[in-house]
Amino acid sequence: MLEVQNLSMRFGGLLAVDGVSLDIQEREIVSIIGPNGAGKTTVFNCMSGFYKPSGGKIIFEGKEVQGKPDYKISRLGMVRTFQHVRLFTQMSVVENLLVAQHRHLNTNMLAGLFGTPDYKRREQKALDRAAYWLERVGLLDLANRDAGNLAYGQQRRLEIARCMVTEPKLLMLDEPAAGLNPAETKELNQLIVSLKEDYNVSVVLIEHDMSLVMDISDRINVINQGCPLASGTPEEIRQNDDVIKAYLGEA
Amino acid sequence: MAAKNYRHALFCAIVTLIISFPILGFNLEAKGISVTLTGAETSTVIAVVLAAVAVFVFQAYRDSFTGLLGKLPRLNPLAGREPMEQAKKAKLESWILTGIVVLALFWPFVVSRGSVDLATLVLIYIMLALGLNVVVGLAGLLDLGYVAFYAVGAYTFALLSQYTGISFWMALPIGALLAALFGLMLGFPVLRLRGDYLAIVTLGFGEIIRILLNNWTTLTGGPNGIGGIPEPTLFGMEFGRRVKEEGNTSFHETFGIAYSGEHKVIFLYLIALVLAVITALIIRRFMRMPVGRAWEALREDEIAARSLGLSRTAVKLSAFTIGAFFAGFAGTVFASKQGFISPESFVFLESAIILAIVVLGGMGSQLGVILAAIAVTILPELAREFSEYRMLIFGAAMVLMMIWRPQGLLPMRRIHIKLNRQE
Repeated sequence: MLEVQNLSMRFGGLLAVDGVSLDIQEREIVSIIGPNGAGKTTVFNCMSGFYKPSGGKIIFEGKEVQGKPDYKISRLGMVRTFQHVRLFTQMSVVENLLVAQHRHLNTNMLAGLFGTPDYKRREQKALDRAAYWLERVGLLDLANRDAGNLAYGQQRRLEIARCMVTEPKLLMLDEPAAGLNPAETKELNQLIVSLKEDYNVSVVLIEHDMSLVMDISDRINVINQGCPLASGTPEEIRQNDDVIKAYLGEA
Repeated sequence: MAAKNYRHALFCAIVTLIISFPILGFNLEAKGISVTLTGAETSTVIAVVLAAVAVFVFQAYRDSFTGLLGKLPRLNPLAGREPMEQAKKAKLESWILTGIVVLALFWPFVVSRGSVDLATLVLIYIMLALGLNVVVGLAGLLDLGYVAFYAVGAYTFALLSQYTGISFWMALPIGALLAALFGLMLGFPVLRLRGDYLAIVTLGFGEIIRILLNNWTTLTGGPNGIGGIPEPTLFGMEFGRRVKEEGNTSFHETFGIAYSGEHKVIFLYLIALVLAVITALIIRRFMRMPVGRAWEALREDEIAARSLGLSRTAVKLSAFTIGAFFAGFAGTVFASKQGFISPESFVFLESAIILAIVVLGGMGSQLGVILAAIAVTILPELAREFSEYRMLIFGAAMVLMMIWRPQGLLPMRRIHIKLNRQE
């Protein structure tokens, strides 16, 4: 479904990502792990179109997408979250979800001004989808609160819901468990698995919480200092000597 | 702590002296062809010193002063009350808006001609402020050159009427569309800019338009301006004593009433009122539409908005274009009201006043902006007796507002959206 070939990203003299390759099949959860500063988020930024990669190819459903503008990539069905939650804080929770469905709505201004049947129908559909996902992540009762007033864990869940209402094929989660307590992490764990099982979404995950990564990943890619270090199933990674060295230092 | 307080207070007192003494403490007197500098009267000097002392005392004991103010519950009638319910508030707001419109409909028939004229100006400012509210309040794009679009609307009507003899009703859409086109043109080069940089470029754009109008003498008449701009007609009826254009009839003859200069003023006022109401309704609708939500999303977090598939180009350009469109509307009405326009009417101060209305009213809030437009236009008129100190009072009011209500008179509220539980 998604193939990243030999991706590299250079910032001036710094080669932040060097020859990273990924391969994500449908209905698969693939994790990217690595020490801080290894270049995981840079890979994400290249994939989602925030950076133009210096080299390599990104192929999504048979089409090369590297270097395309971010909003076009997202419209193809590759949607991401951010390491630091990026909600529209002064807008209400449900409005956050409506903004995300922009391309499913009738954005013709005259249609909106006169309230044509097509406009109303799509608007209602968007509201229903928003309600569905709010219920799903347990935020329906807070629908009209300002997004900025939610608790941190709720903000994280809202961000995932906001991605899901766009009906993506591939979801990229950048450290979704950062700042969550163990109970919340467990909930998140179940949510991500259900996204794959029930909604047929592939997930690429960057995460430092190893229990989460080992629990839900189908495959794991390890990056160290911008270079690919290892890849394989959670079992293989757990026993890989290079990975242990990179994480724990030379014994 | 106390020492620091006094040092700060002393500093403030000295600043007061530095600012006020050269302005108030000296007089320039013309004697023949030479100008001599003389000291002011003793009473003025004493007043300046007293003002400095007052500043010192206030700054030194500021904490206890503000503490005292907080203890006066009567000053704040809302202190003990519970906040109103969201739905109730929304209902109240639409009632107030309807009330204002109904009141405005009867206004011209009970007050003097001067008041109606002033009210027309208020309505023009309301249109401008509502338009700028889209750009600044909703889309978060600081535009300091908004008056340029106002000028485009006004000059479109003036020039077209001068060269082709076009009527008000034809010029209204043309002026608005042309202003919108200029908005689009400004939008392109500033797509990547935010905040301060955007403010500077828009400021420059506003000045370019004004200077162009000032110097393109062959077309615009330069500083002499353009006069003889026609008044609007009602189904071919003119409001003048004599019919100027062939084929038209005059209003007072058609209805068999005595001629009165007031008819024209009232008619213009009603046109401005209708246009202002249309502006408010359309923008209100926009705010609840995908495009309005996209503007706000861009203001809140551009990166997140882009990651969800919103095109920055389309969203920013639509905000600039629609904001400019309503400025063009207002400009056409203004040209018709004045009958004469010159670049003098479109200086930076106008942009600043419109921006002040939006900020005072509360960014994004329609009712707030309307109330602020009324206050900002009428207060200087009421304070005409203080003539020289008008701007001083205006400035002081702004400073006090920013201290006590930095979010504006009536901050924007979110729309309550009802959701049906899904299975």
